[in-house]
Amino acid sequence: MSNILATADATAALPEIFLAVAAMALLMLGVFTDRNRTDLVNTLSLAALAVTAALVIFTSDGGVARSFSDSFIVDGFARFMKMLVLFGSAVAIILSSNFLKTERLDKFEYPVLVLLATVGMMTMISANDLIALYMGLELQSLALYVVAAFNRDSARSSEAGLKYFVLGALSSGMLLYGASLIYGFSGSVAYADIARAATSGEVGLGLMFGLVFLIAGLAFKISAVPFHMWTPDVYEGSPTPVTAFFAAAPKVAAMAVFVRVMHDGFAGAVAEWRQVIVFISIASMVLGAFAAIGQDNIKRLLAYSSIGHMGYALVGLAAGTQSGVRGVAIYMAIYMAMTLGAFACVIYMRRRGTAVERISDLAGLARNDQVMAFVLAMLMLSLAGIPPLAGFFAKYFVFLAAIEANMYTLAVIGVLASVVSAFYYLRVVKVIYFDEPADEFDAAPFEVRLIAVAAGILALGMVLVLEQLNIAANAAAASLFL
Amino acid sequence: MTGWYILSTLTFLPLVGALFILVIRGDDDVARRNMRATALSVTVINFLLSLLAWSSFDPAQSGFQLEDKVVWLGGLMTYHLGVDGISMPFVMLTAAIMPLCIIASWSVTKRVKEYMIAFLVLETLMIGVFCALDLVLFYLFFEGGLIPMFLIIGIWGGARRNYAAFKFFLYTLAGSVLMLLAVMAMYAHTGTTDIAEILSSKQFPAAMQTWLWLAFFASFAVKMPMWPVHTWLPDAHVEAPTAGSVVLAAILLKMGGYGFLRFSLPMFPVASEMFAPMVFVLSVVAIVYTSLVALMQEDMKKLIAYSSVAHMGFVTMGIFSLNKQGIDGAIFQMISHGFISGALFLCVGVVYDRIHTREIAAYGGLVNRMPAYAAVFLLFTMANVGLPGTSGFVGEFLTLTGAFKANTWVAFFATTGVILSAGYALWLYRRVVFGVLQKDSLKAIKDITPREAMTLVPLAAATLYFGVYPVPIMEAVSASVDNIIGQVQTGIAAHEAAIKAAMLSLGN
Repeated sequence: MSNILATADATAALPEIFLAVAAMALLMLGVFTDRNRTDLVNTLSLAALAVTAALVIFTSDGGVARSFSDSFIVDGFARFMKMLVLFGSAVAIILSSNFLKTERLDKFEYPVLVLLATVGMMTMISANDLIALYMGLELQSLALYVVAAFNRDSARSSEAGLKYFVLGALSSGMLLYGASLIYGFSGSVAYADIARAATSGEVGLGLMFGLVFLIAGLAFKISAVPFHMWTPDVYEGSPTPVTAFFAAAPKVAAMAVFVRVMHDGFAGAVAEWRQVIVFISIASMVLGAFAAIGQDNIKRLLAYSSIGHMGYALVGLAAGTQSGVRGVAIYMAIYMAMTLGAFACVIYMRRRGTAVERISDLAGLARNDQVMAFVLAMLMLSLAGIPPLAGFFAKYFVFLAAIEANMYTLAVIGVLASVVSAFYYLRVVKVIYFDEPADEFDAAPFEVRLIAVAAGILALGMVLVLEQLNIAANAAAASLFL
Repeated sequence: MTGWYILSTLTFLPLVGALFILVIRGDDDVARRNMRATALSVTVINFLLSLLAWSSFDPAQSGFQLEDKVVWLGGLMTYHLGVDGISMPFVMLTAAIMPLCIIASWSVTKRVKEYMIAFLVLETLMIGVFCALDLVLFYLFFEGGLIPMFLIIGIWGGARRNYAAFKFFLYTLAGSVLMLLAVMAMYAHTGTTDIAEILSSKQFPAAMQTWLWLAFFASFAVKMPMWPVHTWLPDAHVEAPTAGSVVLAAILLKMGGYGFLRFSLPMFPVASEMFAPMVFVLSVVAIVYTSLVALMQEDMKKLIAYSSVAHMGFVTMGIFSLNKQGIDGAIFQMISHGFISGALFLCVGVVYDRIHTREIAAYGGLVNRMPAYAAVFLLFTMANVGLPGTSGFVGEFLTLTGAFKANTWVAFFATTGVILSAGYALWLYRRVVFGVLQKDSLKAIKDITPREAMTLVPLAAATLYFGVYPVPIMEAVSASVDNIIGQVQTGIAAHEAAIKAAMLSLGN
């Protein structure tokens, strides 16, 4: 056993191994103790995530490490994205603890499932061949299917889980089919070998088909148009903290995989995959902007908003340059923070013990709770990309990359879509500030307030920390272009 | 360079004041008074600081002065503030108008805390726009101003405030995002976003200039506003609270003209010359058409809003005449319009606070009960018409002279606008102030209070002073305007030389 580990040189995968072991240990703890241990499991899983984050940082020397015969890679990009994922998962667990308790859903399986999904995401991010990618993706997806249906007595939650599962399985199938085509036509599953087979100008039809199917599968995971149909229903049906989790960490992980596959596996075929990415990017931005206008449920609104945001992040990928990857990295970091903050505000929306989800329920919040009203308004404007808030800088970097790559049409359509989307974000601000107050919300649990306020401060203060984020994202992007 | 960051202080002091108001607790009368007093003292201190900046500003220099510069994001952007003869008057204007806005808002009782914070944040962003010497920094301030203004219109506005606030926000945003792309393209081409550096050493190829010019035009034309994208302005003006209208008319509208002078002319001279006829046409249409529209208005604020569009037509016409008289006149017209239109909105606010309607038909014969008000209102009406002796005359005369040098017909049609402006302004005055006081609602109306006089008298003094003695402004802008014209001419000459060389090589 130790021999295999030694030859595989598993040290690079130490954070993943630790987290997997911790998840299983916590599962045992939950199963084999009599009393309800949810709080303890919650706390311990947060500790496990923290230790994993520490391992991600301290087990690396800043360079590139590989494990398992090169099928697992840890570089600057992987570390950046893993930190985001770990952070997103941790916040999701924190947000869930009180909510699930009031909804009588506080089962210890929830944090364990989140941990397992996180292991899957980290594996995806570090995957350096198609098999590792699929393993990570499925581990993540299976855990997510279960948490979507976590409120098993609710028809909507079960529907969300089932819908997610059926469509997710379909997309996994497509991805696998694409992967097998790529393997068939390039003779390898390793990114480096695929890149050698797929150099620009001589990408065969079979490889091209495989690439398109692979992109379709990945587009489903980031809910880009035209593979977005599941998103509004799943977002609406799942318990809100679960939705917050869905909107944050898995999106980051899937986008990271997307970027790595395209840049490592198909580095020589930028012109080929770019046209596909440009299409799904434009479609996502436009649909995200227009479809959200008619929504009156805030969770559905945020679902369409996230579809649109994936379109913007894909603008950076479409540029196909290092500055594009930096744009994606910055975009995902800011998007995740803003989304988690926005969902913290949605979790806060409870009236007399029941959760409310309509936008009109926010009416006049500015007079009932000034702090939360201001935070939610700033988060909305930040998501709309209004300077000097954080969301503006996210958009700035991806569009800058597009302009540098001379992709003017994409950039013009993108910014115009952002004007359309500003309309529905502003509508939320209008309801909060201009309308007559509705009844007050219940007092929010401390941690929900804290996360919302922290996100609000980040939205306002991004100008001050942008320098550091830019340096980190630059280093992450550079590691893909060694 | 000055060693103590006067422009940064000017820009961010109001923000500090806003944070200070944020921590004032309670919503009783004492707390409200403290908030108002804080806002007022911050804006007054800022005005005094701006006088200090003015005193250390050397009008003989054409370059940027009082600079603060910090490289940011590894050269991707810079934090660079500075002023030259073109921006200095606008900084002064902003700092001077804001205390008056706060005084004019003394009677606001609804959500005073948010109100004062919104205005102070707005002041930071507006001064930032005029001081910014980095393209991205400029954009941050330029667009950031939408948020407080959106809230000001939406929370403290009139009946159709939602519609007006959305229209204002989305119109301006739609224009500006294209400018953002142009900014990125400029960065991609030159490798810097520093305005001073681009102005001094970088040139754009003619074909690129056309696109960049159009993208900037999309933004500034909306902000200006020029016909036919002016329709947000009447709505925003009508629904905004009095101080909001004043800020909008006196300062926010000037950002468009300032942008033309800072970016379009010196950076894209070839495109500016090429598009000048189009701007002339749009300006003349704006002057004549919106003056006619103003004649037919039944709402006082709407009438003044349309008159603003017409006056901004003179500004764009003057700027794109591309000669010294025109540009000098355009800058002067913007400053003077800042005083006059601000004062006119304050005048409307005075009667609105008493009768709570802006409909012209609801008034008549005010002179009988409000003689002082009638006198002040008359002064500003005359200044709006452009009567010699008021600052309105200087700007209009110079822009028309500039236009006359560039294109006689443009000057001819624009001059009819002067007559039309006399038409709508005097008719408004007659219907509101003169006549017999018949309406019952007006029988007990009181003349202006000392507080209202405090807001109107400084503006009246400025209007008259600069009308008789425009030298301080002219002196300040002169060197910088010469500089711009020089840049335009060398840019065009270089382009023509390049074309000639290309033709010659074709001929060979």
